Amino acid sequence: MTIKFHPDSATLMSFASGSLGEALSAVVAAHVEMCPRCAAEARRMERIGAAMFEQLAPTPMSSAAEPTAALQTMTKERPARAANRDEDTDADMPRTLRKIAGPELDRVPWRRIGIGVWHYPLPLSPGAKGDLRLLKVAPGQAMPEHGHGGAELTLLLRGSYRDEIGTFQTGDLADLDDDVEHRPVADLQDGCICLIASEEKAKFRGLMARLFQPLTGF
Amino acid sequence: MVQLASYSGVPVSVCAHTMTRSASMNELLQRVASGGDAEAYRKLFQSYAPRVKSYMIRQGADAGTAEELAQETLLTVWRKAALYSGEKGSATTWIFTIARNLRIDRLRREVPWQELPDGHDEEASTDVPPDEQLSDKERSARVQAALAELPPDQHEVVVLSYIEGLSHSEIAEKLGVPLGTVKSRMRLAYQKVRESVEDLA
Repeated sequence: MTIKFHPDSATLMSFASGSLGEALSAVVAAHVEMCPRCAAEARRMERIGAAMFEQLAPTPMSSAAEPTAALQTMTKERPARAANRDEDTDADMPRTLRKIAGPELDRVPWRRIGIGVWHYPLPLSPGAKGDLRLLKVAPGQAMPEHGHGGAELTLLLRGSYRDEIGTFQTGDLADLDDDVEHRPVADLQDGCICLIASEEKAKFRGLMARLFQPLTGF
Repeated sequence: MVQLASYSGVPVSVCAHTMTRSASMNELLQRVASGGDAEAYRKLFQSYAPRVKSYMIRQGADAGTAEELAQETLLTVWRKAALYSGEKGSATTWIFTIARNLRIDRLRREVPWQELPDGHDEEASTDVPPDEQLSDKERSARVQAALAELPPDQHEVVVLSYIEGLSHSEIAEKLGVPLGTVKSRMRLAYQKVRESVEDLA
């Protein structure tokens, strides 16, 4: 897999600092799983955070905070190494999403929301802003046209699509500025499955409403 | 300009201690990892818990919550120590990621998604042998020097992101600048600091 499109370094930095919202973080985490280059970049960015953390002036703990008593009763976890990661060989869902979306893309309970378009909204924490969902688009089908209100990230999980920017394939992540207008068309043979997150809920509702309108391909 | 840290009132000995702590901190964490060494753990706790507490306060926690989260971060260090591989990562980076994830989980009540680095990632094979690497202390000092040289507007967004935990949109709102400006400052800051966090150098 040759990944050509990566998150903006500002996006990745926000992810590594822990300040990127839950929905957008889920997409970046799934990309980082597939992309050694971004995984290494994220590690470097964590080192920046650690260097700043180390410079913070300490705040004394209260004297009752000494931990030793608790340790006597605590059992240590054994390392959960990579052993069980490849147990399910059919698993093609990003590892981070398997708890909420199951192990296989083909077994997602897709819901049809338009001609040749299915989705599966993924639950976010109650207080989280934004929107996270899987989107499946039939071969040759145009994805809905929309501007991006706030940040939006799209990760290709299967197949490909092309738009004015290029051809996005499995593992590629589209990190578009909010003023970019684009109209992706799914691969003619395989269609595509994407993971899409947006920072703003309302904007995504607008997109979903559009999906019910008749779609015209190129 | 957002200050990274206020050193007022901090005894000089604490700062001197900071300069020498990293190398031994990695060793202490490895002793906890391999043998459950309670004395090593106690030293780690004394060194890191007060910083985690400061971090949580800067992230918006009140003092009591910050103290609880500092305790919990250090308990996680004990429980998950076996995942830590000192061949690769620094103890400080590892503990920072635990604190970061805990903050997302508890203060923001969101799923962190990010796994803790276990020292077995893709980078490991390309690393230079340990004796040719910069020590953790040297590496940390290099990153801190690079951060200190950033222009104030770039330094500010990096602090707001890492230490105050603000998203790009929140930073834009706080500073009254367009979102694109925040992103470009972050990008420029990273370009300048990146070299200092490279593995092969």
